[in-house]
Amino acid sequence: MWQGLYEELSDNGFVVIAVSFDTRAPDASRPFIEAARATHPSLLDPDHHVADLYNMVNIPNAVWIDEDGRIVRPAESAGTGDEFRMMVRPGGIPADDRRRMVARRARYIDAIRDWVEHGPSSAFVLQPDDAAHRERVHSADDAQAFAHFRFGTWLARQGRHEESQSQLGLAVQLKPNSWAIKRQTWELQEVGKAGGPEFWAAVEALGTAPYYPPADLDR
Amino acid sequence: MTIVGSHGAGTLEEATGWVLTPEGLCRDETCVLVPPDAHRDPAAVWSRLGWPMASSGSDVYLGEPASTRSEALASTIAPDFTLRDLDGREHSLSEHRGKKVFLVSWAPY
Repeated sequence: MWQGLYEELSDNGFVVIAVSFDTRAPDASRPFIEAARATHPSLLDPDHHVADLYNMVNIPNAVWIDEDGRIVRPAESAGTGDEFRMMVRPGGIPADDRRRMVARRARYIDAIRDWVEHGPSSAFVLQPDDAAHRERVHSADDAQAFAHFRFGTWLARQGRHEESQSQLGLAVQLKPNSWAIKRQTWELQEVGKAGGPEFWAAVEALGTAPYYPPADLDR
Repeated sequence: MTIVGSHGAGTLEEATGWVLTPEGLCRDETCVLVPPDAHRDPAAVWSRLGWPMASSGSDVYLGEPASTRSEALASTIAPDFTLRDLDGREHSLSEHRGKKVFLVSWAPY
């Protein structure tokens, strides 16, 4: 998905690191990675280590990290918006929404290009205070949720599925805003469930709340 | 009892990177004081510290406290990590110092 952008910008000191949150890695991720023919690092994170470190709650979420290892944009939706929610409606995504979806992604990709070209003077690079302010605060519940989630994925690998599901259930309860945790919990119950009726019902239940809070590129 | 943590599974150090020493619970240059009576039991230490933990059967998960994560994120220094690719080769974020890194999540669904 990001290979084209990597090829375009890799000569300018830019690298993409893709991280798969697939808890059944590598098996379920393999065909996708092979089809993408990625030449940038494409890594497996079945325990959601990176999700934990950077407080990523969804896919695709992205973090921009500069040459000195500083976060200049913390985890946010990587050019996605909520238009996809119309997919399951009769007639699918209306043309206007489709255009908006394409434009949003294009604008986000252009912001990346601007960062690569202008570095710290890019308008999309956040000042440290703003970057810190935008970080989702890691609460005690977040930390406890990740403990249950990672213990749950470990138990699943030991074949202890009932114990695994009870740990994962606790993680979902403690961190209800994490779609990454919720969908991987479903996926460990049954392959395909992460994109099945439970997922769409949960999205519907959001009402007017966003699934993807759009990346704020305007300040 | 198996201890599971952010580093893997096994002993306390293998699972979490923390070691119980006479000075307390230590990792890298950091030591946290723990009551001597809890010293023999890592789970008791975690419980005394109020750090995240979970248990199932005789196994226990010992997690990282929220403060570690929050302080790291507030500093805006990108925390390093090491993960494997499909071929089992390890990659660390720190190998890419000097480049702009676009770190992005995905999943096969």
